[in-house]
Amino acid sequence: MNRDPLPVRITLIVLAFLVMAVLIGLPLVTVFAEALAKGWDEYVLALIDKLTLSAIRLTLITALISVAINLVFGIMAAWAIAKYDFKGKSFLITLIDLPFSVSPVIAGLVFVLLFGLQGWLGPTLQGSGIKVIFALPGIVLATMFVTFPFVARELIPLMQEQGTEDEEAAVSLGASGFQTFWRVTLPNITWGLLYGVLLCNARAMGEFGAVSVVSGHIRGKTNTMPLYVEILYNEYNFTAAFAVASLLAFLAFVTLAAQSLLEWKRAHS
Amino acid sequence: MTSPTRLWRKPSVIPGFGITLGLTLMWLSVIVLIPLSGLVLKAATLGFSGFFDTILTARVLAALRLSFGLSLIAAAINVVLGLLIAWVLVRYEFPLRRILSAMVDIPFALPTAVAGIALTTLYAPNGALGFLLGLIGLKISFTPLGILVALIFIGLPFVVRTVEPVLADIDQATEEAAACLGATRLATFRRIILPAILPALLTGFALAFARAVGEYGSVIFIAGNLPMVSEIAPLLIVIKLEEFEYEQATAIAVAMLMASLLVLFLINVLQAWGRKRQGTG
Repeated sequence: MNRDPLPVRITLIVLAFLVMAVLIGLPLVTVFAEALAKGWDEYVLALIDKLTLSAIRLTLITALISVAINLVFGIMAAWAIAKYDFKGKSFLITLIDLPFSVSPVIAGLVFVLLFGLQGWLGPTLQGSGIKVIFALPGIVLATMFVTFPFVARELIPLMQEQGTEDEEAAVSLGASGFQTFWRVTLPNITWGLLYGVLLCNARAMGEFGAVSVVSGHIRGKTNTMPLYVEILYNEYNFTAAFAVASLLAFLAFVTLAAQSLLEWKRAHS
Repeated sequence: MTSPTRLWRKPSVIPGFGITLGLTLMWLSVIVLIPLSGLVLKAATLGFSGFFDTILTARVLAALRLSFGLSLIAAAINVVLGLLIAWVLVRYEFPLRRILSAMVDIPFALPTAVAGIALTTLYAPNGALGFLLGLIGLKISFTPLGILVALIFIGLPFVVRTVEPVLADIDQATEEAAACLGATRLATFRRIILPAILPALLTGFALAFARAVGEYGSVIFIAGNLPMVSEIAPLLIVIKLEEFEYEQATAIAVAMLMASLLVLFLINVLQAWGRKRQGTG
């Protein structure tokens, strides 16, 4: 393995640590240092503030709805793509991946254009009293758009690799389509599924650009955690901004830890 | 049972094709395709001249140039840094290797707004790094350099994670043969390793670039957002929306979207090229 001379090796390793420490380590340290700059009491006070709690609640609700719906869709998309051969399959995969190439701001904009007051459906919705933009439905829609590919893209290669023989055997023994999925396919894809959900959830809870465009920033009502971080920061309330940010950073740590655990489990199963 | 409409797919005994594909297409349309078509339709109502009247204003051009220019530079820097980190992770054993590897994914997992305020504070004149760099006369936060730092931060994992598996797959025997035939390490790197990882490097570059062009959350805090100087294109869309200039916002968005689709297309071509190379080489 190590055929590079020792000085080269050491230089490169030190350089790599230096890059990572400056680029990624220091910003992380900054989050927690700033959050605790005025002491533990201030930190806790910022977190149990009524508006913080309502932002946490909105973030959780949004993530729950969008992850659940994208999970169901992702499984169906992966099933259709991995278990059958049909024309246009790779084009369909490209379309599913499309949201990754769209700026989050544009992801928000498209829903404003559809459902906003000046939008295509805006007048109709207003007539029937349904609010999408500057309300929960818009936030959920924008979140679903940006997290759309996560589950499907995790499952498709996994299910393609596993082939269709098990399913064909189950069907020939008389299992229904749903039984086949539930008893044969699902146990084989559990880890991949959890992995996709994990990534989807992290992005759903942390999404800023898309949600920012559709939310309207109404305090206590349409502020998710990342949006509330922005508001606090722009008000120079740095301790509170970093306190809420530290929760999101903690979420990132949990996500990464769970990710490593799943990778380890997958390698050992 | 076999109707001509079914000929576009191979028959399968597994049930559920119609319903899963149908629901997939329906959901894809509702969440992604119809909203995006709405954007394109809206742009079409502007007409050719209306579209270009918006795009060709000094402020919009400056924002587009800034977004695309800085994204290119950031992606290029990411290729160098990403290769260094992938190389160290794949080829060397050292203490804390796992920690280093886990840290690579932080920009993927950390919400952009959090990265944004952390980088801004760190590089501000009274921040830890901002103060040090200020001593040599460098100002990062609230300048285009700050945008560059944020874009490097969010793009790094793309290069590392694309290059890593390809680097690990390189046949060590070829390298040993090259060394036996008298090639220096540098020559081996240039003639054997670099060609093998080139498609992956380019794919990582394109992915980092695509992400950087559309990036919003981590940039707007550190950018300073001065029109014509440090105002990125996604921010300009938001500003136009807040001014209820929906047409202008749409025009900028469509210009960005077309550029992103071009990059997406290039990524697909690159990946096909990489697969072909791996298959034959």
